[in-house]
Amino acid sequence: MDTLGLLNYAIFMGVLIGIYALLSLGLNVQWGYAGLFNAGVAGFFAVGAYLSALFTAPPVPDRIMGWELPTGVGWFAAMAAAALIAWPIGKVTLRFRSDYLAIATIGVAEIIRLVLRTEDLLSGGVRGITGIPRPFGDLPYEWSQLAYLGLTWGMVVVIYWALERQLAAPWGRMMRAIRENELAAAAMGKNVEARRLEAFILGAAIMGLAGAVYVHFMRAITPEAIDPMMVTFLVWIMLILGGSGNNRGAILGAVIIWVIWSSSELLTDRLPAEIATQAKYIRVFVIGLMLQLVLRWRPEGLLPEGTHVRRSS
Amino acid sequence: MSGLELINFYVIPGLISGSIYALGAIGITLIFGILRYAHFAHGDMATLGAYVALGLVGSLALSPWVALPIAMAITALVAVVLDRVFYRHLETRPKILTVMASLGVALMLRSVVQVVWGVDPQVYSTGIVRAESYGGLMLRSRELITFATATGLVLFLMAFLRYTRWGKAMRAMSDNPELARLCGVNNEAVTRLTWVIAGALAAAAGFFLGINTELNTMMGWSALLAMFAAAILGGVGRVEGAVVGGLVIGLVEELSVLVLPSQYKMATAFVILILILLVRPQGIFKGKVL
Repeated sequence: MDTLGLLNYAIFMGVLIGIYALLSLGLNVQWGYAGLFNAGVAGFFAVGAYLSALFTAPPVPDRIMGWELPTGVGWFAAMAAAALIAWPIGKVTLRFRSDYLAIATIGVAEIIRLVLRTEDLLSGGVRGITGIPRPFGDLPYEWSQLAYLGLTWGMVVVIYWALERQLAAPWGRMMRAIRENELAAAAMGKNVEARRLEAFILGAAIMGLAGAVYVHFMRAITPEAIDPMMVTFLVWIMLILGGSGNNRGAILGAVIIWVIWSSSELLTDRLPAEIATQAKYIRVFVIGLMLQLVLRWRPEGLLPEGTHVRRSS
Repeated sequence: MSGLELINFYVIPGLISGSIYALGAIGITLIFGILRYAHFAHGDMATLGAYVALGLVGSLALSPWVALPIAMAITALVAVVLDRVFYRHLETRPKILTVMASLGVALMLRSVVQVVWGVDPQVYSTGIVRAESYGGLMLRSRELITFATATGLVLFLMAFLRYTRWGKAMRAMSDNPELARLCGVNNEAVTRLTWVIAGALAAAAGFFLGINTELNTMMGWSALLAMFAAAILGGVGRVEGAVVGGLVIGLVEELSVLVLPSQYKMATAFVILILILLVRPQGIFKGKVL
C-alpha cells in the first residue's frame, strides 16, 4: 500500500472508531451511570441508521419515505426514533432487576432485524437503500473523507462534553447514588425508576445517532450490513476494557478494541482461503475471552471511574 | 381448514417445539432461581450439545439416539467447567456481571462450534421420514420420541427435586441460600448439580431441535428468547412453570402463522414476555421476581 492508500485507510478507520466511540459513550450512560444491561445495542444502532437514511435518501418506487431532507434532520430523527423505542421497553422492564431489561433488549434487537429483513417497503429489499447523502460529499474523495472524519469526531466531542456536564450535575450524582445503593437513594426520595428510564433513553438516543453517522458515511445500507451480535459485543468489550463509568475510558476502549479488531482482520485476510474462514471465528472467540479476562483481572477497566469523579466533584 | 388439519400442521409442530423450549427453559429457570442470574449462554450450550451429538454420529457411526445421552453427559461436564472457569469468581460481585460474562461465553461457545463444524447447516441423517397416520393424526417417529423423551426427562427431574436429598437441597437454596447454608446445605455442590442438570437438558433441547429440523450454528441463540420467555411466563424457579411456559410459547408461535407473516414467528415470544411482565411478572406458577 502506498502512502496515500495508507492515509485513506487510516481516515476510514478513524471514522469507524469515532462511530464506535459514540456507541460506547451511549452504553456508558446506560451501564456505567445507571447499571443497565443493554444487550441490543445493534438494534438501536440499526434504527438510527435506517431512519436517517429514509429521511435523507432520494425517493424510490416500492419503498416508503425518501424525503431528501437535510442530513441534520435525519440525525435528529434517528435519535428520536431510538429514544422512542427505548421508552416502552424501559418502562416495562426497569421495575425489575437489570436481567429482565437485558432479555428484553435481545428481543428488541431481534425484532428490529426481522422487520428490516422482511419489510422490503422499509429497507429497499436486497438492493438496500442507496444514494444516501454525505455531508461534504461533493468534495474530492480524500477531502470528503477527511471532512467526515472531522465531523464524526466533532460529534464525539460534543456528546462527550454534554455527558460530562450531565455527570457533574446533580443528575449525575443522583445516578451514581442509585447505582451504588438503590434502597438508600429511594429512601432519600429519589425516583429510581424514572432516573433509570432517563438514562436508558438517553443512551439509546446516542446509539441511534451513531447509526445515523455510520449510514451517511457508508452512503448505502442493507439489512445484512449490521451483524447484531458482533456490534453489540464489540461495544460492550470496548466499554468494559476502557473503564465503565468513565467517558474517556469509553472512548479509549473504542480506539483500542477497534484497532485490534480491524488489524486482526487484515491479518486473517492474508491467510490461505481454507483457514481464513476459521480464523474469522477464532477472532470472535478471542474477543469473548478478552471480556472474561478483563472481568476477572481488571474489572474497573483501563481508566477507572474513580479518578475522574474526584476531579470533577 | 378442518380440526384435524389444524392439529397436524399447527398443534403438533407447536407441541414439539414447545417441548424443546421447555427443556431449555428448565435449565434457565433453575439457574435464574438458584444462582440468581440470567444465563445468556444457554442457547449456545444447546447448540454445542447438538453438535457434540453430531460429532459422535459422524465419527463413531453411532445412531443419533445413542449419541444423545453421551452428548448430554459431555455438555453437562462442559457446563460445570464453564461455571468454574468463568462464573464462579464473579460470585461475590453484582450478579449482572455474571450475565455479561455469560454473553461472552455464548459468543465463545458459538465460535468453537463454527471453527470445529463449520457454518453450513447439517443433519443427523439424510433421507425423508414420512409421517404415519394414527387415526388421522400425522406423526413422525422422531416426533413421538422427542415428546416421550422430553416428558420422561421432566417427570424424572420433578421426582428428583421433590423426593431426593439433593433435590430438596436445590429447592432450599432456591428459596433462601443463606438459610440453606446454615442448615448444612453444601452450596457449592448444589451449584454444580444445577449446572449438570441445566447442561444435560440444554444438550437435549439442542439435539431435538437438530433432529426435527436441521443443525446450524445460530439455532441455540435464536431459541434463547423463546426459552427465557417460557421461563418467565411459567414463573422463575418453577420447573413445572418452565414446561407449561415452553409449551404455550411453542403453540402460540406456530398458531401465530395463521394471522401473522411467518417471518414474525419469533416475535411472538417477545410479545408474550412483555405482556407477562406487565400483568403478572411472577408468572403462571408464582415464581420469583428478581
